[in-house]
Amino acid sequence: MITVNHYMLLSAILFAIGTFGVLTRKNAIVIFMCIEVMLNSVNLTFIALSRHVGNMDGQIFVFFVMTVAAAEAAVGLALMIAFFRNRNSIDVDDFNMLKW
Amino acid sequence: MYSNLWLIPFFPLVGSIFNGLFGKRIKNEAVIGGIATGMVFLSFLVAAQNFFKLLGDTEKVHELVIASWISIGNLQINWELLLDPLSAVMIMVVTGVGTLIHLYSIGYMHGEEGYYRFFCYMNLFAFAMLMLVLGGNALVMFIGWEGVGLCSYLLIGYYYEKKSASTAANKAFIVNRIGDFGFLCGLLTLFWALASKGVWTLNFVKIAESGHLLESGGLLITVVTLCFFLGATGKSAQIPLFTWLPDAMEGPTPVSALIHAATMVTAGVYMIGRMNGLFAMAPATMMTIAIVGGLTAFFAATIGLAQNDIKRVLAYSTVSQLGYMFLAMGVGAFSAGIFHLMTHAFFKACLFLGSGSVIHGLHHAYHHAHLHDDPQDMRNMGGLRKKMPITFITFLVSTIAISGIPLFSGFFSKDEILWWSFGSTRGHWMLWVLGAAAAGMTAFYMFRLVFMTFFGEQKTDARAKDHIPESPFTITIPLMVLGLLAVVGGYIGVPAILGGANRFHHFLEPVFGHALELNHIAAHGTHATEYTLMAISVAIAIVGIFIAWVMYVKDPELPAKFVGRFTAAHRVIFNKWYIDELYDFVFVNPCKKIGTFLWRGFDVRVVDGVVNGTAWVIKGLGAGLRYTQSGYLYNYAVAMVVGVVVIIGFYVF
Repeated sequence: MITVNHYMLLSAILFAIGTFGVLTRKNAIVIFMCIEVMLNSVNLTFIALSRHVGNMDGQIFVFFVMTVAAAEAAVGLALMIAFFRNRNSIDVDDFNMLKW
Repeated sequence: MYSNLWLIPFFPLVGSIFNGLFGKRIKNEAVIGGIATGMVFLSFLVAAQNFFKLLGDTEKVHELVIASWISIGNLQINWELLLDPLSAVMIMVVTGVGTLIHLYSIGYMHGEEGYYRFFCYMNLFAFAMLMLVLGGNALVMFIGWEGVGLCSYLLIGYYYEKKSASTAANKAFIVNRIGDFGFLCGLLTLFWALASKGVWTLNFVKIAESGHLLESGGLLITVVTLCFFLGATGKSAQIPLFTWLPDAMEGPTPVSALIHAATMVTAGVYMIGRMNGLFAMAPATMMTIAIVGGLTAFFAATIGLAQNDIKRVLAYSTVSQLGYMFLAMGVGAFSAGIFHLMTHAFFKACLFLGSGSVIHGLHHAYHHAHLHDDPQDMRNMGGLRKKMPITFITFLVSTIAISGIPLFSGFFSKDEILWWSFGSTRGHWMLWVLGAAAAGMTAFYMFRLVFMTFFGEQKTDARAKDHIPESPFTITIPLMVLGLLAVVGGYIGVPAILGGANRFHHFLEPVFGHALELNHIAAHGTHATEYTLMAISVAIAIVGIFIAWVMYVKDPELPAKFVGRFTAAHRVIFNKWYIDELYDFVFVNPCKKIGTFLWRGFDVRVVDGVVNGTAWVIKGLGAGLRYTQSGYLYNYAVAMVVGVVVIIGFYVF
């Protein structure tokens, strides 16, 4: 029997993988994909708990998250292109101008 | 009825604003001077109209509310004017003498660079002085009081590019601040004292009505009146605050005549007269005033004996005469004090303007001869009576008046004061002795001045001596009018003992009579005593004149011998009893030291230290913290994750 706990566990694992990816990978596109994984793990929590407590609010929220993620993907990819044109690279180690 | 009173201060204000705004562009001296003089003359006409209306009126106190000013609960303070016999006399003196001096200035200031500036200030002064004397409550009066102080400062410092003039202006202003502090303390204490009795007012009429609520002779009223008197000593140059007036002679001569002889310096006397009800209730204050007045009259006269600068002699003479007025106020001779104020305004303005005429002539001559001698030093004068006949005659007449020779105006007022200081219930024979001695010295130094300036051999440099002209008409006409007033001005107050009706005294009766009656102040004595005292004071004056004649006309070698004999005494009075040096030592230098300490010790170390220290600490912190900003994305991401974990951890566990 698959209970809500399993969903929670899966979601936590996905979230951890996403976080780990964001912190360790150098390629900006990969980091971006890791962020998407984190978002989707959150979506999974929403849906599982919505079902569990019998309230549709969580599911509606997921639509919002997906919309925002789509917009974010567009902006994010545009940024990558801009970076790439500047530095000929999308390695985050090359983006270190935000400092003293 | 008296609804046009407001025009009296209004005209000079208009003149001042006009000349201040447009004078620089107009440039035409006749227009600038004409407008300024005309404005004061207009207010003289209005003042005269109101004065004569008041003479024929049975009701003697009139208030005119112009606008509401402060209105808080029970307290209602208006812009209001008060016309009673006292202020009527004052507006006549201020506008009358003021007009003549403005007219004089047209000629005297001819060719000066800041011509319009001068007339702008003079008109502003006339406005402030009229607000002072017409003010119906203490706050309006205070505005006038401060206004005349400001104008005095501006006009003393008229030649501001001269170091000595700007220093003198500062000195006058700062010394006056001490007095103003006293005035304010008195005003607020009085307000508080009356308010605690349920009377919320600063109106003079109401103060006079409710003065009886305070305990007569009590501590409170003594403190209040002493504070007011401190204000008066500042404005009217009495001991201990008299040192600014002689220095104020740095200003142009018409300024000395108008502000520092005829009007502003008498504001203190006027103020005591205005609050006579309160002062009469405080015998201790009255005694202080009489003693201070008597001592000032005496000491200023001693200093006047040895000065060589023509204007400085007159300045000390003014201090001394103001001392007389305070002596009069102190012994309860309020109307005599105001009477002396008026006659003094005539003859002292005439004397100052006469000295200005002499200086003007000598300046002209020196200029012609390209010399740089001091045109104010009497040792450079002598024999001017033939060169400047009109100046000489008016000057002589005024000198006789100030010396107290019978039939001239000064005699009547001065004798009235001396008689009261002897015979009043608040008087004492010691006060009379001080006053009579000062009268003798006054006669001596004034005639010394006349003899040194107008008689004897001409000591002016040979190259300049034939080029001394008589002054133009704008200068001599005011001299003649004031000289005439110096002769006849006293006849409105001839005392009963000399067969007069003392109209002046009766005119002021509504203002002063009540307080005198209530506090049992009167002059007692037989006619024989009064005649004797009068004879003695006249004799002293004649002796003074005789000594001056012997020393400066008959035997001009005598003064030098005299000085050689009493070197120490001469040096002390020549250096003004070292009062300035004493004040420098006791007050000025310690103040400067405290100032320097606060600057170097407190301001630089503590205040600047705190500010700079804060900046230094922040700078150090920033220098350390900047290493946390690596610029690498994952560093920031780690920081975020750690932060989120910590926050969630905090809430969960």
